[in-house]
Amino acid sequence: MIEVKNLVKSFDGKTVLHGINATFYDGKTNLIIGQSGSGKTVLMKSIVGLLHPEEGEILFDGRDIMKMNGSKMKQIRKELGMLFQGSALFDSETVLGNVMFPLKMFSSMTFAEMKDRAEFCIERVNLKGADDKYPAELSGGMQKRVAIARAIALNPKYLFCDEPNSGLDPKTSILIDELLSDITKEYDITTIINTHDMNSVLGIGENIVFVNKGYNEWVGNKDEIFDSDNENLNNFIFATNLFQHVKDYMREKHKPNA
Amino acid sequence: MILKSSLQSFGQYCIFMWKVFSLPDKWKEFFKRYINEISKLGIDSIPLVIIISLFIGAVCCIQMKLNVQSPLIPRYSIGLATREVILLEFTSSILCLILAGKVGSNIASEIGTMRVTEQIDALDIMGINSANFLVLPKVVAMVTFIPFLVIISMCTSLYGGYLVTVFTNIVSSSTYIYGIQTKFVEWYVWYGLIKSLFFAFVISSVASYFGYYVKGGALQVGKASTNSVVMSSILILMLDVILTKVMLQ
Repeated sequence: MIEVKNLVKSFDGKTVLHGINATFYDGKTNLIIGQSGSGKTVLMKSIVGLLHPEEGEILFDGRDIMKMNGSKMKQIRKELGMLFQGSALFDSETVLGNVMFPLKMFSSMTFAEMKDRAEFCIERVNLKGADDKYPAELSGGMQKRVAIARAIALNPKYLFCDEPNSGLDPKTSILIDELLSDITKEYDITTIINTHDMNSVLGIGENIVFVNKGYNEWVGNKDEIFDSDNENLNNFIFATNLFQHVKDYMREKHKPNA
Repeated sequence: MILKSSLQSFGQYCIFMWKVFSLPDKWKEFFKRYINEISKLGIDSIPLVIIISLFIGAVCCIQMKLNVQSPLIPRYSIGLATREVILLEFTSSILCLILAGKVGSNIASEIGTMRVTEQIDALDIMGINSANFLVLPKVVAMVTFIPFLVIISMCTSLYGGYLVTVFTNIVSSSTYIYGIQTKFVEWYVWYGLIKSLFFAFVISSVASYFGYYVKGGALQVGKASTNSVVMSSILILMLDVILTKVMLQ
């Protein structure tokens, strides 16, 4: 479980996160949602330690990373896996090389064991046969899956995904969402996903944190989200025509005389 | 304002170097990357070094002939002066200025691209010291391989001058060879080699620094690459003055 308490982060005197409080649970797909520029990525980068907030606490199963020294932080980092928006695969390595990379750096496995583990992860994300391909030879969806395979290679306790569906078609997005959800359940990991994709929200949003202009305005799950009376959340959800139609349809359906 | 930003950049460069010069997480990976960098930055530069050195050696020889017209000056001084120019200045300073363009831009754009595509963030998230992992093999590879490039350049440049004497009649080949052997000062070779070590460090570390701290996209990577070449060139020339003063006087 990851707890964020009263997190404040500023850039050049401009406050981006205003005392965020949130809890992210084990074995659940935890979503951080909000408009572009709302502070989602800053929040995620602060949680993983890429940014250093001015105030607050970030507790990884009770361990406050903001009070940790370099070596303790390094230990925590070995328990993290992260899927970046642009996949962030190493261009000079093949798919197998990318997935084996964390194993080479942090495990004491033999080469054969590392290869077996990497091949297992590649198979788990349905990319069997792509071992020798380079990232440039893969589609966006395949790159995302390789990045997921790399992120889970070391059996992380915490998995972070920054906009995993950006640039993907709806069908591939659903595949990625399902994969992330399955992996979360399978390995009982704390998965945190940054997204503004409503399909993801309604598909896998077991614990949703809505961030607006640096404030945490709503917490709930996919079943509760349509019942929210938060105006900003409703504006966010019904921003697209599709969801506006859904809203109108639901209203029509629930009319007293319908 | 400029002074403040320069001091800030220098401070950031020092912190960066502190991160670079820490012990590698895995020595095996370090040596693998080191060999790879020697191949990419060093061995791949050999053709360029040979071509440039041949022509510069030839040009030096021709220009020495043009400047040594007096009947009072012996003909072998063409070879002698060509050798001195090559050993003292060309094969270390000028060669490193050229390498700052080729190798420096390569390093800055490679690391800069890794930064903007979040590959460096990915390394940091894994708990890897990205500066050490990416930059140390490059710096060590450049510093350890540059003496070979300088020696290749010295030999090729002198050979370039020799070819001029073979194909033209500015001076006989035997006189040229006599000239390059006359009053040979071994220290000049060491001087060139020692200078090149400093220059290699500047080229690799400055280019890495500019690449590592890129913010933005492809345009900024290009700018960082250009800035790294400009800054390396200036630093090489400044260091050249200091090292010449220290080592030759």
